[in-house]
Amino acid sequence: MSLALNGYLALVLVGFLPSEIWRWIGVALGRTLDEDSEMVLWVRAVATALVAGVVARIVLFPPGGLAGVPLEIRLGAIGCGLVGFFVLKRSPFAGLIVGEAALVIGAIVMGR
Amino acid sequence: MSTPAQPDPSSYTRLAAVIAGLKVASTSVFFTVIVVTYIGFGALAHDYGFPVGWATLSTALMWAGPAQVIMVTALGSGTTILEVAVAVALSSVRFMPLVVALLPVIRGPRTGPWPLLLPAHFVSVSVWVEVTRHAPSIAREHRITFCNALGATLVAAGTIATAAGFYLVALLPALFGAAAMFVTPLSFLLSIVRNSRLLLERLALVLGLIIGPLLAHYQVGLDLLWTGIIAGTLAYGGHRLRAALR
Repeated sequence: MSLALNGYLALVLVGFLPSEIWRWIGVALGRTLDEDSEMVLWVRAVATALVAGVVARIVLFPPGGLAGVPLEIRLGAIGCGLVGFFVLKRSPFAGLIVGEAALVIGAIVMGR
Repeated sequence: MSTPAQPDPSSYTRLAAVIAGLKVASTSVFFTVIVVTYIGFGALAHDYGFPVGWATLSTALMWAGPAQVIMVTALGSGTTILEVAVAVALSSVRFMPLVVALLPVIRGPRTGPWPLLLPAHFVSVSVWVEVTRHAPSIAREHRITFCNALGATLVAAGTIATAAGFYLVALLPALFGAAAMFVTPLSFLLSIVRNSRLLLERLALVLGLIIGPLLAHYQVGLDLLWTGIIAGTLAYGGHRLRAALR
């Protein structure tokens, strides 16, 4: 990158500000809400659904290197991770290890 | 009215809140998730030709894994600045409802907006999940401190991991990038499943998983935001319906 300074300016303009603005809006909107209000329940449902949407988007339409792993392996690895989570005392860590192992093994086996 | 110098009775519990934040952060599954994710991101930034200082600063400033991946791959492949900014903004929409849902948990009755900006900066799925889960065991006046300690620990881990990934890139196996990127959706999903105790949350999770891909497939603009609003509102409706039927 020849334009080092512009690189950092770009980081603020296209990275920091477009991300941070949502947190500032969240502070403006959430500052007066009561923890037990119906509005907060609704927002919690929206937040949960939005995170589920992020999960689905990264698994189905992945950016970068994950796109090189076939879709059926990505979905299978999510399934294995969920099974691992429920079988192994509902531990997210156990589910993560099982799912990641399934992804790597699947990618190696299918790659041949 | 003169106030003689007395030991501050709250000083111990504030320190305890800091220690609790450090402890929860370092023992959370998200500590591992963040380290692996950002090693992957650091390696990616290296491969796209960005300097190490830029990559690590992006972690501290943005604290948004998927948006950082989008930014690096888009900037690195010559997408226009405006398109990158829009893509990053669309990816980071999730922070708004996360902050709105978290603030009533951590703020006191008279907390002004300024003390909330730092905890809001730390908000990510990981910090939201862990603070929401552990806040009930922390005195309300120390929850912002707890949240800041927890968030700062995870951001520091992510920043160091970014630099580590940048320098370790030559040692990482080819599959590492894919595996590191897969950590984000899998850990988000597992932690949401674990934290969903109410019908409301379970419905929102399932509906979000169904409606999200549908909207993305039909290339609806702002698909993530609409996924949250539509699936979240349906889930809330289901919750109200069940309450009314009782």
